[in-house]
Amino acid sequence: MSDNHLIKVAINGQEYTSSVEARMLLSDFIRLELGLTGTHVGCEHGVCGACTVILNGRSVRSCLMFAVQAHRQHITTVEGMATEATDLHPLQEAFREAHGLQCGFCTPGILMSLIPFLDDNPRPSEEEIRAAISGNLCRCTGYQNIVTAVKLYVERNS
Amino acid sequence: MKPASFKYYAPESLEEALVLKAQYGDEARILAGGQSLIPAMNFRIMQPTVLLDLNLLAELSYTSSKDSAVLHIGAMTRLSEVEDDPLIADRVALLHESLPYIAHPQIRNRGTVGGNIAHADPAAELPVIALATDSRFRVQSTNGSRWINSDDFFRGYFETAIEPNEILVELEVPFHVTNTGWAFLEVSRRSGDYAMAGIAVLITLDRDYICRQARLVYLNLSDAPLEAKQSADMLVGETLSDELIEQVANKASEEEIMPMESLHATVNYQRHLACILTKRALELAYGRAKET
Ligand SMILES: Cc1cc2nc3c(=O)[nH]c(=O)nc-3n(C[C@H](O)[C@H](O)[C@H](O)COP(=O)(O)OP(=O)(O)OC[C@H]3O[C@@H](n4cnc5c(N)ncnc54)[C@H](O)[C@@H]3O)c2cc1C
Ligand code: FES
Ligand code: FES
Repeated sequence: MSDNHLIKVAINGQEYTSSVEARMLLSDFIRLELGLTGTHVGCEHGVCGACTVILNGRSVRSCLMFAVQAHRQHITTVEGMATEATDLHPLQEAFREAHGLQCGFCTPGILMSLIPFLDDNPRPSEEEIRAAISGNLCRCTGYQNIVTAVKLYVERNS
Repeated sequence: MKPASFKYYAPESLEEALVLKAQYGDEARILAGGQSLIPAMNFRIMQPTVLLDLNLLAELSYTSSKDSAVLHIGAMTRLSEVEDDPLIADRVALLHESLPYIAHPQIRNRGTVGGNIAHADPAAELPVIALATDSRFRVQSTNGSRWINSDDFFRGYFETAIEPNEILVELEVPFHVTNTGWAFLEVSRRSGDYAMAGIAVLITLDRDYICRQARLVYLNLSDAPLEAKQSADMLVGETLSDELIEQVANKASEEEIMPMESLHATVNYQRHLACILTKRALELAYGRAKET
């Protein structure tokens, strides 16, 4: 008994129309239906933060939402950060320079958590930066260089 | 796909939602922020056959204070909105202080006040705050609405007084009265995790610093938020000396709480945490009460 719904959703400024089963997670919709595989999936129960996307300007877990709930909403994924596919956003640039990633699995989720945070709070303290990424697990970096990367970006922006 | 299939409704008015709830009863689960329900569905611990998504109901998302004594918070108000509300920070400081302990920022952006209360996890923060502040809850059905006091509301693990045809619509939180001190503290293994133990304290003093009223409510130290009434009564009519604080902490942690052994903490360890948290919270709340 599948329950399908027609949804219209704007992702990275592009309008998508699709028929989805009610039980399809937003993370699966983004990855499997749209092929935007920058959004990663780790735990699928809200703990790791790898699947974080921006919903109407706020960071949320895409594994804890159904795609049908994104109807008429605006979503940004990591693919929407830079203006061109070959460019990097200045925050991504800072991550590269400061060695803010190793395997990169956690990086899209961390970036999607940081963008709205830095919009609200362009000059955060180290403590605030750490609180902002406290819901994103990274198994490689030990977080130190992620914090350094954010500081580098903040410094350049001010 | 991870969750089992279900029939999805996204009603556009509370009235419509109530009609659907009356029709489906227990079969229909409310989908609020989904931050507890969807993980449970992803694990298939829960397989509801019908979901009623309340996310289109802007009418349930608000904070308002029509009089000077209480604040009303709509069930669909996001936890992050409560966290950022300046009136709450000023007038219900205990609630404000507890919010950063709930999960992570991304989860608070989606999770709701109503969901946190209705889920009734003994390790959740808002049920503890609701009991400590003596808040009330309004539930509604097609038959009308009724208020439930927080000490009648929580019935044990994930159990509340909400009937199958009802929806939780609103929370009523009294503002702190003058000369009240507050403290919320907890210990968890990692930031954002559910805590192994926690406490909310509210104490109100007379002009000469004598305790007039005290509430001590514990998090995850029973199958529901637990109010330590006898321990709190020991404070009333007294000034809070170190000796008295020690006695109250011992009484509450040895006699009143009912911790359940878990993967993360033995009963002894939880009693130890409760004792230390009680002392710290009482000192903090007492100091703040003297300053206000
Ligand atoms: C990784 C992680 C860590 C977390 N850590 C914490 C933590 O430390 N402390 C904490 O308190 N919470 C924590 N949570 C849970 C989070 O706060 C949830 O958001 C909250 O408990 C439930 O709110 P919700 O709006 O998401 O509810 P949902 O998940 O949508 O619903 C929860 C339950 O309540 C019912 N319900 C919801 N709204 C209503 C209503 N209006 N009327 C009747 N029934 C209703 C639903 O049917 C469901 O059974 C965590 C969650 C995750 C994923
Ligand atoms: S995959 Fe969503 S939080 Fe881990
Ligand atoms: S860089 Fe590998 S998990 Fe963070």
